[in-house]
Amino acid sequence: MGQLVVSPSPHTRSSVSTPNLMFGVIAALLPALAVSVYYFGIGTLIVTLTSVASCVLFEYLIQKFLLKQQPTISDGSAILTGLLLAFNLPSNLPIGIIIVGAAFAIGVGKMAFGGLGQNLFNPALAGRVFLLISFPVQMTTWPVPKGFSTNYIDAETGATALNMMKNHFGSLPETTDMLLGQMGGSLGEVSAIALLIGFAFLLFRRIITWHIPVTIFATVFVFQGILYLADPTQFASPVAHLLAGGLMLGAIFMATDYVTSPMSICGKVVYAIGIGIITVVIRNFGSFPEGMSFAILIMNAVTPLINTYIKPKRFGEVK
Amino acid sequence: MFKTFKIGGVHPEANKLSAAKAIVDAQLPKVAIIPLAQHIGAPANAVVQKGDKVKVGQLIGEANGFVSANIHSSVSGTVSKVDLAVDVAGFKKPAVFIDVEGDEWLETIDRTDTLIEEIKDDAKTIVGKIKDAGIVGMGGATFPAHVKLAIPEGKKADFLIINGVECEPYLTADHRLMLEKSRELIVGVKILMKAIGVEKAYIGIEANKPDAISKLTDLCAKEQGIEVVPLKLKYPQGGEKQLINAVSGREVPSGKLPIDAGAVVQNVGTAFAVYEAVQKNKPLIERIVTVTGDTVATPSNFRARIGTPVAELIAAAGGDVEKSGKIISGGPMMGKAMANLESTVTKGTSGILMLNEEKAVRPEAGPCIRCAKCVDACPMGLEPYLLMQYSQRQMWAEDEANHIMDCIECGCCIFSCPAKRPILDYVRLGKNTVGKIIRSRKQ
Repeated sequence: MGQLVVSPSPHTRSSVSTPNLMFGVIAALLPALAVSVYYFGIGTLIVTLTSVASCVLFEYLIQKFLLKQQPTISDGSAILTGLLLAFNLPSNLPIGIIIVGAAFAIGVGKMAFGGLGQNLFNPALAGRVFLLISFPVQMTTWPVPKGFSTNYIDAETGATALNMMKNHFGSLPETTDMLLGQMGGSLGEVSAIALLIGFAFLLFRRIITWHIPVTIFATVFVFQGILYLADPTQFASPVAHLLAGGLMLGAIFMATDYVTSPMSICGKVVYAIGIGIITVVIRNFGSFPEGMSFAILIMNAVTPLINTYIKPKRFGEVK
Repeated sequence: MFKTFKIGGVHPEANKLSAAKAIVDAQLPKVAIIPLAQHIGAPANAVVQKGDKVKVGQLIGEANGFVSANIHSSVSGTVSKVDLAVDVAGFKKPAVFIDVEGDEWLETIDRTDTLIEEIKDDAKTIVGKIKDAGIVGMGGATFPAHVKLAIPEGKKADFLIINGVECEPYLTADHRLMLEKSRELIVGVKILMKAIGVEKAYIGIEANKPDAISKLTDLCAKEQGIEVVPLKLKYPQGGEKQLINAVSGREVPSGKLPIDAGAVVQNVGTAFAVYEAVQKNKPLIERIVTVTGDTVATPSNFRARIGTPVAELIAAAGGDVEKSGKIISGGPMMGKAMANLESTVTKGTSGILMLNEEKAVRPEAGPCIRCAKCVDACPMGLEPYLLMQYSQRQMWAEDEANHIMDCIECGCCIFSCPAKRPILDYVRLGKNTVGKIIRSRKQ
């Protein structure tokens, strides 16, 4: 006796922990990574490994020497940021640029706000947009998927489907190719099927709820559908827009980032509708062919406002 | 077909180790320490003093005010002192100490097993008998039962709900009672229906007790207006507001009582105690206690006299105190960790849970990753992460505006938190402070 612990209830916890959620998302990204290696070869591996390694290293260095706190890289969140950043990059991006992107993603996107859980913007997207603005040429030359024979440095490059839609040239890839991922684009975004398998896994493990991705899909489909019906010569079909570019990757893996998305179910739906609308507007009327990352970052900024004004439905609410 | 409440909830592992163990009588203690505060409300006033001889069932503490309850001797013997005794939580509370001599009961108590089905008393007499017998809510809340049965002026009960949910993991006291005292329980339900003047009663039971569901369903087929409602497994379904919602779809308005939704809820243990009090003239002097956990050799369900030292029940079930890291009065979700084993069984002791050293310590907390799992889990639809932040910053007005007083302290937020943050600790702090502020405003 005398050794009994006395603490307030509850005395039991669910087995779900932060690392176990992070590694769950990482596992859900693996099918898309495998498809990417299949289509883009060695380039995918080089870019991904560089991005993950530098994100983890920067987080470790910043925590250890700048913030002088116990490094927490084992929670898996830096690995996830690195993986997501890589998924948003072309598979022929030079190593130096990737490292700069990782430094921005972790240093400015995450640690400057106070580390895990404190950041306003999705760190991986912050890194990607930083690179897009800083290295517009390298960030928009897309290797053509040639399998393992695709070179890393001087890969044959071509236009993305979104580019063709925007500027009305070339013929869009077949829908089956877009589903499988045989098209140009960021290394992790091309295969809709692989990303949807990841989505199913996330739902099965209850890591995320369906609300954000499904609402984004629906919003884009409806909004783009209206435009398409109004003028099919000017606007591409909603199905092509769902499968092209970073929409799947963004809706399933980036917009659902815990830290930067709203807390209540209702808030999540509003946030997702915002992302869908902004994406369609940028894709059809903006100067960039792709608007997913900007849409998510803009709605990230709105998230605190959504959290303030949209509350979960209470039990026994008195109107 | 299985119903449940609509907002939030979690699924802790059930761990009903003692579900198949029949109820056995615990040995009489050598010294019974019977606290005078075993209920919510004012402690009872002792009506015995040192040297008095008492019999089983004799009144030893008189209810002190409207929200209070009588206390009866659970043993026969001599009062050795009326003094302070350390309770489960480590506080000193007044208690009657009785040296046990034999087992002599008051002659007025019917100790036979004969089932008495006919209810002769009218509503007023029933409530009076329940009050005299010192019956309190036996699910753990220990709210005096007669107070709940006194329907306030201008309000009306539409139905009675009997709580047989037992959603706390490990505990099986209510489960065994439903199986072994089914007929008595049904009579108890009918008495309660008569007391509040309703034609309809529901018995809510979770799906992990199929034997109890089928047994009571069979018995209720012969009865008018009593219906067993099987419920989907989900914690905290045994919470009063959640149970009303699961069974009837109604919501108790924020800050109001079940009667405002037309419902009166009583636990199965309470219904059985009501049967004994009204039909057998037996006050509340014993209850079913589950003794279970990792460090218990034979998890058991005991019928124990109020005032039996916890240590004696632990020994009877082969519990190893040395290997235990934490001993809890109640279940793992809402039970209280015990500071000492000298404390005794009270009317609200539904179980004694012994956890090993590994499970005893709280896991290290990490930063909030804003995953919203606590928001999704909260059965009251609150934002626990936010309430914790406000309480940490002592922003009490914001706590109040975000309905911190609606919190039922079920622990779903902490349970679901992947960062293992002590959310409820801070919410309790906030509730306490906001409660004080609200009270001072009213003065």
